[in-house]
This record gives sequence, C-alpha cells and structure tokens, in this order.
Amino acid sequence: MADRLPEGEVDASTFDPMEEPVRPRLLAVRQPLSSRATFLVGVLAFAVPLLLWCALSYVPFLWHPLVLVEDAGDTTQPGTYAYLAEGQLVEREVFAARNQELAQAHKKLARGERSNPVYFQPPHAVARALYTAFTTPPEGVGDGWFHQSLLQSCKVIFWGFFWSAVFGIPIGIACGTFAFYSRLFEPFIDFIRYMPAPVFGALAVSIFGLAEEPKVAIIFIGTFFQMVLVVANTTRTLDLSLLHAAQTLGAKNRQLVWHVVIPGILPALYRDVRILVGWAWTYLVVAELIGEKTGLSAFIYQQQRYRHFDNVYAAIVIIGLVGLGVDQVLGFLGRYFFPWESGNLKLLHFARGVRRVLPGSVRPARVLP
Amino acid sequence: MKDDTLELPSYLDHTPEVQERIETLQARPVVMSVEALGRDFDANGVRTTALSRVSFEVRKREFISVIGPSGCGKSTLIRILAGLDYPTSGSVRLDGRAVQGPGADRGMVFQAYTLFPWLTVKKNVMFGLKMKGIANGKAEQMATEWLGVVGLSDAADKYPGQLSGGMKQRVAIARALANEPRILLMDEPFGALDAQTRCSMQAHLLRIWEAVDVTVLFITHDLEEAVYLSDRIVVLGANPGRIVEIIDVPVARPRSPAQFLSGHFLATKQRLEELIHGPDVFRRGRAA
Repeated sequence: MADRLPEGEVDASTFDPMEEPVRPRLLAVRQPLSSRATFLVGVLAFAVPLLLWCALSYVPFLWHPLVLVEDAGDTTQPGTYAYLAEGQLVEREVFAARNQELAQAHKKLARGERSNPVYFQPPHAVARALYTAFTTPPEGVGDGWFHQSLLQSCKVIFWGFFWSAVFGIPIGIACGTFAFYSRLFEPFIDFIRYMPAPVFGALAVSIFGLAEEPKVAIIFIGTFFQMVLVVANTTRTLDLSLLHAAQTLGAKNRQLVWHVVIPGILPALYRDVRILVGWAWTYLVVAELIGEKTGLSAFIYQQQRYRHFDNVYAAIVIIGLVGLGVDQVLGFLGRYFFPWESGNLKLLHFARGVRRVLPGSVRPARVLP
Repeated sequence: MKDDTLELPSYLDHTPEVQERIETLQARPVVMSVEALGRDFDANGVRTTALSRVSFEVRKREFISVIGPSGCGKSTLIRILAGLDYPTSGSVRLDGRAVQGPGADRGMVFQAYTLFPWLTVKKNVMFGLKMKGIANGKAEQMATEWLGVVGLSDAADKYPGQLSGGMKQRVAIARALANEPRILLMDEPFGALDAQTRCSMQAHLLRIWEAVDVTVLFITHDLEEAVYLSDRIVVLGANPGRIVEIIDVPVARPRSPAQFLSGHFLATKQRLEELIHGPDVFRRGRAA
C-alpha cells in the first residue's frame, strides 16, 4: 500500500553520480572522437593520399619506372635499341641497355632523367588543368569546351533523376502505404533491378536515337527501380500508431496519405534522395558512352586520346567535386527544411514572413484596439 | 496471528451520496453499448480467444475504466471500440448505430505519444478539425481554446519534440477533445509517465472531465488509478478475456488524493486485487 514516496525522499532513478572525466581513446568501440581528433583525422583522410601522390610524383627515386630521354647520345651507332630519340619516354631497362651498347662502342652516352608514365600526372599539373581545362579551346572538330561537357552531364543527370523521382517517389509511397500496390509493383521491380542498367543501352539507343534521350533513359533505369524499393521501405518505417491516431481523428484514406504518410516520411525521403542522387552519378559514365559519346565522359575519352592526362584527372576530380557539392548543398538545405527534427526555425519564420507580405493572404484580420 | 489491518467497509456498501450518483448515471442515455463481443486470433493454425462475450454499456458523461491482468484483451477491446480492429462476434454500437471502422466520433489517446512530430502543438490540435473541413481561422480559434482547457496555451507554437511526456499527453487529450467525440477512449494514457507526472495528470484529467461534456472509457492496469478516476470499473479476466465483474466505485465525487486512504477506496482496491490476482493473494501475502 505504501507505494508512494514520503515527501522529501529522493527517487534513486534520478540520482546522477558525478561523472568521471574519461580520457577519450582513438579506438573506442562506438564512442565519438574528441572534436580535435575528429578534425585532425578528417584532414588526414585527404592529406595522406595527397602526400603519397606528391611523393610518387616529386621524389625521383620513388617508383619513376621510365626515363625521359634528353639527349639520345650518338644516334649513328647501330644497335637493338638505336631507336632512342630525344623527348622519348622509355623503360629504364631499355635506356640502360642502349647506354651499354654505346659504352661498348665508346660512343657518346645518352642522357635522361627518371620519369613517371604520362598517365601518372603530378599534383601541380592536375591543379593547373583544373583551371586550364576550362580555358583550353576544343581541339577536334565537334569536340566541346569543358564547361559545355560539364553542363551536358549535369543536364543528363538532372533529367534522368527528375523523371525517376517523378514516377519513383509516388509509386514507392503507394507501395509502402497500400499492400495492394506493394504486391502489384514490388515483385516485378525486384526482378528488373537485378538487370544492370547498361544492358539496356543498345535498346535505349534503338528506341530513343543517338541524342540525349537514351542517356537520360539509362540514368532513369539505373535509379528508378532502386528508388521505388527504397522509398517503399522508408514509407513502411512510418510509425503505425500515427496512422491509427489520425484515423481516430477522422482522417480517411486520401487524407492519411497527404496529411500523415507524406509529411511523416519527408525527412527520411529527403535523405533517400540524397543517397539516390549519388546512384545517378554512378550511372553517368555508362550512359554517356552509349550512342554518341557526350558530356564529361566524352571529354575524358577525347583528352585521353590526345594524351592530356592532366585534363583527364581534372575532369575526374570535377565529377567528384560536383557530386560532393550537390550532396553538401542538399545536406545544408536539409537542416532548414525540417525544423521539427533540427530545431532550426529560420526557414519557418521566413516562410511565415513571406506569407504575411504576399497579397491575398488569408490570415484572419486583426481586431484593432 | 494478530495484525493491524483496518476494518474496511464492503465495496458494495454505498453511501446515499454515491447511491444518488449511480442512479443519476443509470438514468442517462447509453452512448456506447458493447454486445457479446468476441475476438479470436489465428496464429499458425492455433486459435486463441482474446475476448469472449464481453457486454457492457457506457452512459453519457460516465467515466468508466477497464482493468485486468496482462493478456486479458484490454488493448484488443479498446482497439475494437475505436474501430482499429474488428470483432469476430458481437458488435459495438455508438448511439445505437453499429461501429464500422475508425471515426472522429470516437476520440482516442494512446499510451505511446502519437502527436504528429511535424506539426506544432496548435496544428496537432487542429488536425481533426481540418480533416472535417473546418476552415483554418475557425479551426485555429477552436484549437487555441482547447489548449487553454489543458493549460498549454503557451506551448501552441512548439513542436511535440520540445515537450515533456505529460505535456504531450495533454496535447493528445486536447487534440482528441477538439473533435468533440461522443466518447473518449484512453488506452493506458499515463502508463509511460513517471509517478509524479502520472499523479498530476490524473488530477488534471478529472478536472477536464468535470469541465467538459465528455464520456470517457479508460484502460489501465493501475488499480488505484482506476478507483481514483472512475464511476464504474469493468474487470476483465484472462484466458479467454471476459468480464468477471463490473464495480460501481463507492467513492464520493469530487475526488481528491486524500481519498486514497478512505475505507471505500481501500475496499474497492482490495476487491480489484482479489479479482485480478485471485482470492488467495492476501492470505499468501500475510504468511510470507
């Protein structure tokens, strides 16, 4: 009967023992790093590969498997390796063998310095190319400027993803909400999604021709089927009790979808879209190489033919940067979109302000004193 | 063995005041009637009966509790009353019409806080009104009034995530009441709250119930809570879930925590304990 605490007694469950300062360890299972370590390790993640790249590029005795011939020596001396010429990149064994031939004949030796293959460009060349790629006019007829290629790629991604979202998100939500649609769509989609998108390349070209449409189609095929399944699963994670509560408040089918399901999954859906945009980027190169080569992939392909490997790297880095940039921008905006999750009310206040200013505002008139 | 147990009155022994209350209630119209309700579940070919021939009536402005051991089908019962589950036999009638599916005429407060996290407190309360098609301005005004009733006017523009458990349940009550349901179904609404909050929420609920024209059906496993709040208590037994007794609570209104130690209160609680844990519970307890 005495299950009530007498007044003044302290509930043991709310007693908080003094927390002992714990030294943060770098490798502690499922523990966060200290803020300093977070920063330093994050810097290391990029610094280590960059340093490795610099070392391989600038320290002459590391790797450097080739020799750049500066002076071919006595070219009149015949021999197995007499083809050596100035400005040529040859393997170190070949260079050494030629010098041996020349030495035996007591002729002038060839000179050269150790060098990396053309496909391995030093950081400064790639950095320079990040700028010069934009300023170099196209070499071949029909080749495009770099910014044109970039824009073309972005357009393909955008439209592919756009159409995939226009169909994929509603179907995904329908599948996650109604068992009927789930049964109708999901088994078939599960079957198709195991077919790699590129296998539809030839088909897409036959149907849509050689221009941009088949490329958009490949991005669509690559993302749409995944999107339906991912969105359906996200929809299913919505707390069922919220739907029950809404039903007891009088919400019917359509109202449940519009007023509970969609707002309820919106933050999770937004995260899904961020991940799926990444998927779309992975299909970009495949899409651009079918039919007529276009966009960044065509640029990379063409620069590789001209052996401008610095531009190749620059283009690859830029694909990475644009992808990362889109993701970061979406992530940044996401912090404003869902104030109930982030506690960030700025956008909400802004929207309220705009609504007040807009003509035809339906707010009830204030009674003046 | 001599002990200092109090001499308790019989729980069936009503003071004239209580008798009058019971008679007034019985004269009131029936809001909800549960008629020979049964619910079977089939799991892997094994049939279990969750509810069997459950019948009772709820009268207008009554506060009725349903109590029983775990597994007696309390939750199944309230889900059927709300229309979220269906009976395999019998029926539920609201104002004489058979209940089919969930509807705004039966409001419900759940144990898990079921506020919509993306809506502010005020918009949560407006939800049912908007579903009915009530215009924004009017709905906002009504929501503001209901938030005043539950004492949360200051929290109108907060998100549920910023509220404590007790506050969330008050919003849930306001949201359900804003729809002006014929009956308010409450499924262990204070079960997840800590003891202090729970106590103040019970008092709060009683004040709301006294001030607002509403009938309440309240599910709980807390015996004191049931006695403290109710006019009548429906006691369910388990395997299969069935009614073992319906008790008219012999404690006078208005209720106050001081009555927890009154003879009638203790006698009712003792009777509930006998019904739920079996008649031997006290004897064994003493021997130990």
